Amino acid sequence: MLKLDSVHTYYGNIKALKGISLKVNKGEIICLIGANGAGKSTTLMTISGIKTPHSGTIEFDGIDITDMAPHRIVAMGMSQVPEGRRMFSSLTVVENLDMGAYLRSDKKERKDDIEYVFSLFPILSKRKNQTGGTLSGGEQQMLAISRALMARPRILLLDEPSLGLAPLIVQQIFEIITRINKEQGTTIFLVEQNANMALKIADRGYVIQNGRIVKADSAGALLEDEEVRAAYLGV
Amino acid sequence: MEYFLQLVLAGLTKGSIYALIALGYTMVYGVFKLINFAHGEIYMIGAFTALIVGGALQITTDLAPSMIFLISLVAAIFFSAAHGATMERIAYRPLRQAPRLTALISAIGMSLILQNYVRLAQTSDFLPFHSMIPDIPWLTPGVSPITTTQLTIVVTTVVVMISLTLFIKFTKMGKAMRAAAQDRIMAQLVGIDMNRVATYTFVIGSVTAAIGGVLIANHMGQINFYIGFLAGIKAFVAAVLGGIGSIPGAVLGSFVLGMAESFGAGYISSAYEDAFAFIILIIVLIFKPSGLLGRNEVEKV
Repeated sequence: MLKLDSVHTYYGNIKALKGISLKVNKGEIICLIGANGAGKSTTLMTISGIKTPHSGTIEFDGIDITDMAPHRIVAMGMSQVPEGRRMFSSLTVVENLDMGAYLRSDKKERKDDIEYVFSLFPILSKRKNQTGGTLSGGEQQMLAISRALMARPRILLLDEPSLGLAPLIVQQIFEIITRINKEQGTTIFLVEQNANMALKIADRGYVIQNGRIVKADSAGALLEDEEVRAAYLGV
Repeated sequence: MEYFLQLVLAGLTKGSIYALIALGYTMVYGVFKLINFAHGEIYMIGAFTALIVGGALQITTDLAPSMIFLISLVAAIFFSAAHGATMERIAYRPLRQAPRLTALISAIGMSLILQNYVRLAQTSDFLPFHSMIPDIPWLTPGVSPITTTQLTIVVTTVVVMISLTLFIKFTKMGKAMRAAAQDRIMAQLVGIDMNRVATYTFVIGSVTAAIGGVLIANHMGQINFYIGFLAGIKAFVAAVLGGIGSIPGAVLGSFVLGMAESFGAGYISSAYEDAFAFIILIIVLIFKPSGLLGRNEVEKV
């Protein structure tokens, strides 16, 4: 479904990605783990078209999206929940959800989808008319995921959804991610530092280090891998 | 008392014109964090278009003055909007990922190009601009405190402000602009086309500036290629005063500036009229660096 082939991305003269190749199949949960500054967020921003790669190709559903504008990639069925949530903080919860459905014109089905995300995160329906900026970190993360779902993506990219959240909330968010994958058949590409949590729900995983993929295996095998355990699982 | 009233009306008129120009500055800054120094030229081009179209119609046809005024206004709006959209396309779009200073230099270059192209195509002399706004009978000049032109300026500005507010609040493009102003990357991630937002932002700013240009030309009675410079700087000051990036701020800043200039010139010294804008700016920025209605920029870590 999504395929990266030796993607290089630069920030000025700094090489952030030095030849990333990976593949995400339809219906899978794939996670990309790595330390701070390894190039995880850059990978997602390059896929979404915010950063244009210096070389290499990105394919989505067999179509080359390497140089495609971000809004057209969203229209093709890819949404991202970026790092740091990026709320439209002066808009209310419902307005934020409406922004997520920006490219859709089907009013009635949008209403149904709002009901659906409220069923995933009941707390959001209580905060309906509050502005995004007044929500707690966990609620903001829930809203960010919901906003991305409002575009009805076929693939959802998530950038560190667990960052800065209490363990209980993290647990809840990961359960919902699994549910979205099972119920809606949405393919998930998850970027995480919290490797333990991510590998537990993933089918396969990639390990990124200094802009390169250094390991690729099934999630179970990565959880058992000595190096991964030492570097990312703190065991 | 009557003198005071006259100063208030003069201040309102000035403030209205500043507001029409300042909107363009503040909207472009709000979305792109770019100070479009060529914006004053768009206003000047609007005035020139109205002069040329209005002049031609006055000579060749015998349409009613109000019709000529409307036709030349529409022509100015279209011509300025085309300039604004083209300017964005060639001078700013290629630099969107570049450092902000690069785009600023491009803006100054654009300003010089537009000024000199009008100078070469027209003339560097002041051209007389015969007011095309017909006098309303019950506003006899010299008797009523407000002239027809002043009334037209203030009423037009109010109408423009209300329409713009409704546009920003209720249309899809308006929402896209607000989203882009808050977070440009996130706006793209929900599917907003930044190039379309850019075109709309520049076109709207150019339309209001053109309206301002046509109105002030009717009010002042003469124009030349350089009028955009001072008006542009003043409107920029008004936008900063109100809090650049904020639309209500730009309007408030413009009226504060218009009043300050009018009263400063009326009660203190008209020789220093242009200095009052900057005095006010400095005083406000000392006490409120983000402007009257500006939000404090929170540095994200």
